[in-house]
Amino acid sequence: MTEAVPSYLSPTGQEIVFLLLGAVAVGSALLVVTTRQLVHAALWLVVSFGALAGGYLVLTAEFVAWVQVLIYVGAVVVLLLFGIMLTRAPIGRSADLDSGNRWVAAVVAVATAAVLVTMVIDGFRTAYTPLRPGAGAAKELGTSVFSTWVLPFEALSVLLLAALIGAIVLSRTDIPGGSPPEQTGGP
Amino acid sequence: MHIVYPAVVSALLFSVGVYGVLARRNTILVLMSVELMLNAVNLNLVAFDVWLGDRLHSGQVLTLFIIVIAAAEVGLGLAIVLALYRNRRTVDIDQLRDLSEPGTPDDPADPPLRRPDAPVAAGDSIAPADPPAAQDPATTPDPVRTAEPAAEPAAETSGQAGHGRGDEQPAKRGGAL
Amino acid sequence: MTIFPLLTVLLPFIAAFAGLLLSRWPHRRPLPVAGSGANARAAWIAVVPTAAAAVLALWLAWEPGFAFVEGGTPGPAVGRTYGTIGTGAIPISLTLQADDLSAILGVLVTLVALAVQVYSVGYLHDDPRYPSYSAFISLFTSAMLLVVYAGDLLVLYVGWEIMGLCSYLLIGHWWEDKGNSRAAIKAFLVTRLGDVGFLFGIFVLGAAAGSFRISDVLAKVPEMSTGTLVAATMLLLAGVAGKSAQVPLHTWLPDAMAGPTPISALIHAATMVAAGIFIVARLFPAFQAARPTLDVLAVLAALGMLGAALAALAQDDLKRVLAYSTISQLAYMAGGLAAGSDSAAIFHLLTHGAFKALLFLCAGAVIHHVGSNLMTQMGGLRRELPVTFVTMTIGFAALAGLPPASGFFSKDELLLAMDRALSGGGLTDAAALLLYGCALATVAVTGAYATRAWLRTFFGGARAVALPEPEPGTAHVIDVREAPRTMLVPIVLLTVPALLLGLAGGLHVDLGVATTGVVLALLGAGVVYAFWRSDPLADPARLLGPLRVPCERAFYVDGVYSTLFVRPVLALARLVVRTDDVVVDGVVRGSGRSARGLSGLLRLAQNGNVQLYVSGVLAGVLLIVVGAVMFT
Repeated sequence: MTEAVPSYLSPTGQEIVFLLLGAVAVGSALLVVTTRQLVHAALWLVVSFGALAGGYLVLTAEFVAWVQVLIYVGAVVVLLLFGIMLTRAPIGRSADLDSGNRWVAAVVAVATAAVLVTMVIDGFRTAYTPLRPGAGAAKELGTSVFSTWVLPFEALSVLLLAALIGAIVLSRTDIPGGSPPEQTGGP
Repeated sequence: MHIVYPAVVSALLFSVGVYGVLARRNTILVLMSVELMLNAVNLNLVAFDVWLGDRLHSGQVLTLFIIVIAAAEVGLGLAIVLALYRNRRTVDIDQLRDLSEPGTPDDPADPPLRRPDAPVAAGDSIAPADPPAAQDPATTPDPVRTAEPAAEPAAETSGQAGHGRGDEQPAKRGGAL
Repeated sequence: MTIFPLLTVLLPFIAAFAGLLLSRWPHRRPLPVAGSGANARAAWIAVVPTAAAAVLALWLAWEPGFAFVEGGTPGPAVGRTYGTIGTGAIPISLTLQADDLSAILGVLVTLVALAVQVYSVGYLHDDPRYPSYSAFISLFTSAMLLVVYAGDLLVLYVGWEIMGLCSYLLIGHWWEDKGNSRAAIKAFLVTRLGDVGFLFGIFVLGAAAGSFRISDVLAKVPEMSTGTLVAATMLLLAGVAGKSAQVPLHTWLPDAMAGPTPISALIHAATMVAAGIFIVARLFPAFQAARPTLDVLAVLAALGMLGAALAALAQDDLKRVLAYSTISQLAYMAGGLAAGSDSAAIFHLLTHGAFKALLFLCAGAVIHHVGSNLMTQMGGLRRELPVTFVTMTIGFAALAGLPPASGFFSKDELLLAMDRALSGGGLTDAAALLLYGCALATVAVTGAYATRAWLRTFFGGARAVALPEPEPGTAHVIDVREAPRTMLVPIVLLTVPALLLGLAGGLHVDLGVATTGVVLALLGAGVVYAFWRSDPLADPARLLGPLRVPCERAFYVDGVYSTLFVRPVLALARLVVRTDDVVVDGVVRGSGRSARGLSGLLRLAQNGNVQLYVSGVLAGVLLIVVGAVMFT
C-alpha cells in the first residue's frame, strides 16, 4: 500500500482540508465537554458531527458521511435534546455542570491523548494512500452489506427491535415491577 | 493522504470524549461524550479502510453498524435517564452513590445539596407512585439503617435470638416472657 | 554401719513424701479440722521416721563421741560412694560419709528435729495445713542431714538449696497474711544471693582440686595457690553470710520470725543457720590457708555480734530478741572460726543449738498462752507458766554464759581462742583486737538483753491487756492453762543438754577468761536490773538513751538495702510493665488502629462516584499500555 511516500509533514490540499475539518471537530468537541450551557453543548455536538461528516467525504466514504448526518445529526442529537428537555435541564448558564473529579479526569484524558497520539504517530507515520473516489459509494457499500455482511445486518435489526422494546418498557410507568426488592435492615 | 492525520484526529477526539465522560456531572452530557468517543472510533475505522483498500469494505460497513448501534444505545440510555429522573428527581451523577459502602459517613467530596432545582431531600419523594424504600444515599444511611433493626425487635415480641447486634435486649425480652 | 548415713538421710525424705501424698486422703472437699484423722496420721508419719533417724545418728556418733570437740585424733569416716555422675569435666561423686564432725552434728539435727516435730503436734493442733507443714519439716531434716553427711561438695550444695527451699515454704506457712509471704520471699532471695557466691566458690575449689569430693579437696589444699584459695573462700563466705545470717546478709532472719515458732527453733536457731558455720569447719584447712578471708570473717563477725546484740536489747517482740540474739551468737561462732579454733566454734554451735531451740520453744509456749509476741503485753507470767519459767530461765542463763549452764563453757572456749589469736595465729593484729574487744562487749550486752527479756516476760505486775481480734491464719489461741503436754515435754527434755552439755566436753576452763566473761555478763545484767527496778513498767532499754531507736531499727540496714536495691528494682519492674503496656501493647493496639486508619483511606475509593471508578480503571489501563510498550 505504500508507494513513494512523501513526508507526512508537508500536507497536500486534501490533507489540509481534512485537517481543518478535523480541527473543527475537535474544537467543537472540546466545547461540548467544557461549556456551561447544556443546550449549547448539544449544538456544539451537531457542529462536531457535521465536521466529521465532512471528513468522511474527504476520505471518499460518502455513504458513511450521509448516514452520519442522517442518524447522528438528525436523530441522535434530537433525542438528546428531548432528553435535556424532559429532565428539566437548566437553560442558560449553570455553574455546576462539572463534577468534583474533573482534575483527575483531565489528567487521565491528557494521558490517554498522549499515549494514543504517540503510538499512532510512531506506528503509522509512513502509512500513505492516494485517495481514489468511488470506493465508498452507496452501490459498493450496499452490495457489500447485503452479500457479505447480511447476517450481522439482520442481527443488528433484531438488536434494534430489542432496544425499542426495552426503551418502551423502561419508560412506561403503568407497568408494575422493576422496582428493586425491599432492603431489610441488617446484613 | 497520510493516514496519520485521521488517526491523530481520532485519538484526540477520543480523549476529549474520555474527559467528558469522566468530568461532566449531567448524565445526558455523559451520553454526549460517549457519542464523541464512538465517532472517534468511526473515523478511525473509515481511515483504515481507505488506507488498506479492503475489498470487503469491512471498515466502512462496521462504521455503519456502529452508527446504528449508537443510535439504539442513545435511545435506551435516555430511557434509563428518564426513569432515573422519575425516581430520584435528579440526573446528577455525583448524587447517585448507591455503590458506596453503607454505613460510612458522608464522603467529604460530596457536593452540598444546593441544586437550583434541588429535589426534596431524603427518601420521601413528591412524585406519585414512587417505589418505596428507596434509600436515598445522599443523606446518611446510618440512622435509616439502625432505625430499622431497632424497630424490628420492638415490633416483634417473639424473642429472636441471634440478631447480629442488640443481642442483650431481645434475649431479655424473650426471658421475661 | 556404712549404710547408716544413707538411711539417716532417706528416712525423713520418705516421711516427707509420704506426708505430702497422704495428707489429703481420703479426698474430701472441706479441709480436715482439728485432731482429725489426717492430722493424726501426718503426726505419726512425721515423728516416727525422725525418731528412727535420731537413733541411727546416735549410733553413728557413739564411737567418735565428742572427739571433735575434745580435739582427739579423727577416726575413719564411715560411709560410701553410691555412684558418680559424669559432667564432662569434673565428675560429681555421690558420697556420704560420717566422720566425727558430721556424726555429732547429725545427732544435734535429728534430736532437735524430733523435739520440734513433737512440739508442733501441740502447737499447730488445729491447723488445717499441719500435714504439709510436718512433711516440709521432714524434708528439711533430710536436707540438713544431707549437708552434714555429704562427702561431695555438690551433693552438699543440693542439700543446702533444699534447706533454703524448705525455709521459704515454712516461713510462709500462714501465707494468707501478706507480711508472712513477703518475709518468706525476703529470706529466700537474700540467702539465694549468698548461694550464688557459694556455688562459684565450690566451682573454684573443685576446679583447683580436680574433684568435688571433700576429702580430695582437703588433701589438695596445700598444693593450691593462695590466690585460688582466697578467691574460693571469699566466695564461700558469701554463702556462709547468707545462710548463717551474718553481716551483710543478715536482714532476713528477724523477718523470718513471721513463721511458726517451732520453725524458728529448728531452722533459724539450731540447724540451718548453723550450716554456714559447719561448712567453714568442714573446709577449715582451706580457710586457714587463706589469711585475708579470715580477716574479713573476723571483721564481719565483730560487727555482727555487737550490732545484733545492741539491736536485741531494743526489740519489743520476744521472737525478734531471740532472732537478733541468734545473729549475735552465730557471729560469735564465726569469730571463733576466724580466730583459728573450729572445735570451739562447733562446741558453741552444739550448745547454742540446744539452748536456742529451748528458748524458742519456751517463747512459743509463752506466746501460745498470751496470744501476742510483744513483751509489752507480757509480765508476771512466772506464776501462770511455772514449767516454762524454769526452763526459760535455764535457757537465758545459758545464753548469757552463766555457770553451770552449757553456754558458759562454750563461750569460755571461744573467748580463749580469740584471746590466743591476739598473740599469734592467722589474724592480723587489728582484726584480732577488734574481734576480742567486740566479743567482750557483746558478753555484757548479751547478759543485758537476756535479763531484760527474762524480767519483762516473767516478772512485774500481770498486765490485763485487752487482746485484739486474732487475725485469720494465725495460731494465737488464748489458752488459760500452760501449754499442752506435747509442747512441754520437748521443752523439758531440751533443758537437759542446755544445762549439762557443757560438762560433756570435759571441764576445760581458763579461769582468767572465764571470770572476765562472767563478770561482764553480770555487769550487763545488773545495769538492766537496776533500770528495771526503778520502773518495772517501763522498758529497761531506755538505758540506751538516744540510741534506742537506731538499735530497734537494727541501724537502718534494712532501709539502706531497700533504697539501694529494692526500690531501683521495683522501679525497673514498673518501667518494664509500663513499657510492655505502652510500647508492646501499644504496638499491638497500634497495628489495629493503623489497619483501621488504612482501611479508612482505602474506603475513600469506594465513595460511590462512578466517574471516579472509571477514571481509575482507565488510568490503570494506560499504565499497563505504557508499561507494555516500554518493556517489550
